[in-house]
Amino acid sequence: MSSEEDDEWVPFSRRSEWSDVKPVPQDDGPHPVVPIAYADDFRETMDYFRAVYFSDERSRRALDLTSEAIAMNPGNYTIWHFRRLVLESLHADLNDELKFINSVASKNSKNYQIWHHKRWLAEKLGPEAAEKELEFTKNILSIDAKNYHAWSHRQWVLEALGGWENELDYCNELLEDDIYNNSAWNQRYFVITRSPLLGGLQAMRESEVSYTVGAILSNPENESPWRYLRGLHKDDPDLLAHNKQVSGVCLQVLSAKHDVVFALSLLLDLLRHGFQPSLEFCGVVDALRSVSPELSSDPASLAGSICSILETVDPLRSNYWAWRRSHLP
Amino acid sequence: MEELKVDKHIQYILSIEKEKDSFMALTMEHLRMNGAYWGLATLDILQNIATVDQNEVISWIMSCWDEESGGFAGNVGHDPHLLYTLSAVQILALLNRLDILDVEMVSKYVSGLQNVDGSFAGDMWGEIDTRFSYCAICCLSILRSLDKIDVAKAVDYIVSCKNLDGGFGCTPGGESHAGQIFCCVGALSITGSLHHIDKDLLGWWLCERQCSDGGLCGRPEKLSDVCYSWWVLSSLIMIDRVHWIDKGKLTKFILNCQDCENGGISDRPDNAVDVYHTYFGVAGLSLMEYPGLKTIDPAYALPVDVVNRFFFPE
Repeated sequence: MSSEEDDEWVPFSRRSEWSDVKPVPQDDGPHPVVPIAYADDFRETMDYFRAVYFSDERSRRALDLTSEAIAMNPGNYTIWHFRRLVLESLHADLNDELKFINSVASKNSKNYQIWHHKRWLAEKLGPEAAEKELEFTKNILSIDAKNYHAWSHRQWVLEALGGWENELDYCNELLEDDIYNNSAWNQRYFVITRSPLLGGLQAMRESEVSYTVGAILSNPENESPWRYLRGLHKDDPDLLAHNKQVSGVCLQVLSAKHDVVFALSLLLDLLRHGFQPSLEFCGVVDALRSVSPELSSDPASLAGSICSILETVDPLRSNYWAWRRSHLP
Repeated sequence: MEELKVDKHIQYILSIEKEKDSFMALTMEHLRMNGAYWGLATLDILQNIATVDQNEVISWIMSCWDEESGGFAGNVGHDPHLLYTLSAVQILALLNRLDILDVEMVSKYVSGLQNVDGSFAGDMWGEIDTRFSYCAICCLSILRSLDKIDVAKAVDYIVSCKNLDGGFGCTPGGESHAGQIFCCVGALSITGSLHHIDKDLLGWWLCERQCSDGGLCGRPEKLSDVCYSWWVLSSLIMIDRVHWIDKGKLTKFILNCQDCENGGISDRPDNAVDVYHTYFGVAGLSLMEYPGLKTIDPAYALPVDVVNRFFFPE
């Protein structure tokens, strides 16, 4: 409800079309400690809502009443439930409902009830709704690119109703805006592993590795692409360890900057899975050891050196890195 | 270092129970059952649950029960939902009054929400989410009625929500989120299925959630928030990797989010307090064995003595 509408709000008790209804106040249980003194408009609307809800009145005015009640408190799931019953009974125009829910959702984009209602509606509308739903989530994500509800709705739309054609381009766009957006990286993985148009993970692997390497080189501290790189080699760590692009990006990052936690930890994983470091690699890690002079005489293996460096540069998680060191082969 | 203001927090919880005319109370009306659980669980961890009138709470809870379906609503006159059914059962467990329940009917409600793929809906409208898998499994386990559902399929569905980073999302392919991870790890823990988790991979992702301010966040590149002290810590404990984070810094972060004058804990330092964050802050401290608090069970989100009581009745 907009503020202009707020000014014109007429109490239900003064609306002629509601004169036959007796409002029902909230029952706070058998022994309320203190009666609830609700804000007047809100209380009255809810009293009339309870009246139509308990009498199960599935009418046009009941539908309008739920619109008002939802505007006041979109989190109240009982109102939404009742609204769906009314919509079904009235065989209401679902496109009108789509306009209504989209306007509510734009203002309350982090509300479970709203997204569930959208999905209920889209399910009824079928594949023709796909494009509009994708467009709608895109608008929400343009305001909050990590909105969990919007992402989960979008994934549902793609799988249930279709519309995969531009999804990888959309991921590119979002990552271009913010390469740190973990939700967009997750969506990228969703697309390359599930889109019926792209041929799956194996077909996409090499080009995705190249894309990810580029992302890492532009922002080496970004956690998401490092994890994505591992995800691309899921269930096949040998492939990861022998992919020259992967070891190459570790080397390049570590040659330029010594304390990138994710580069060091990936290198650790590569070594565990049989990666044979070149002399150049050993040289780079050896150079890192000089940042912790007390370690320079440590005769530990390359992997051991990496763990020691990590314990120093990432003190918050020093126990984790110490554990990694204690579990080296 | 600041200490936990136990007395202030008790006063705060008791005061919000009485203050029902505020705007917050109004818009929270439909989820009052959750609020009651957060408040009462906090009081119990603070060893002060006796300060509330238990009979009053129990009669209110039972007036939220829908005899027809067997589920509980978020408040009197609302529709039943799995979220509130779990909270109602947890509260009755806290108050040692599970005997009042029609276990058969409540279990029937919960088991009726399982879908053929093993997932759970939240209510008759069919919203699916791994949150509901946790609610169903935790609730039925407390009622010792897990045999009423297909546990193997429930586990399969949760495992299908596992991601490349070792975490879990709300549905297959959904982004890993610490809240969803708690639900999935909790459900797998209760059903004895933790072997499906790559504990080292997930443990590393979870400990990466500790930010430089000591607090924990729910996803990469997000801000720390007291509620994740529960979601992340409990998950780390269940997979036996909690020593990978800096507990001292986290304790300090939580204590800095207290309102030292009026009680209550907020999401971040200097923000407004609420019952939700007060519970998660206190529960987080309990997980880190803060002195003077009851120990809380990371899977059931109830004090360990309460869990022992329903599994090993006298």
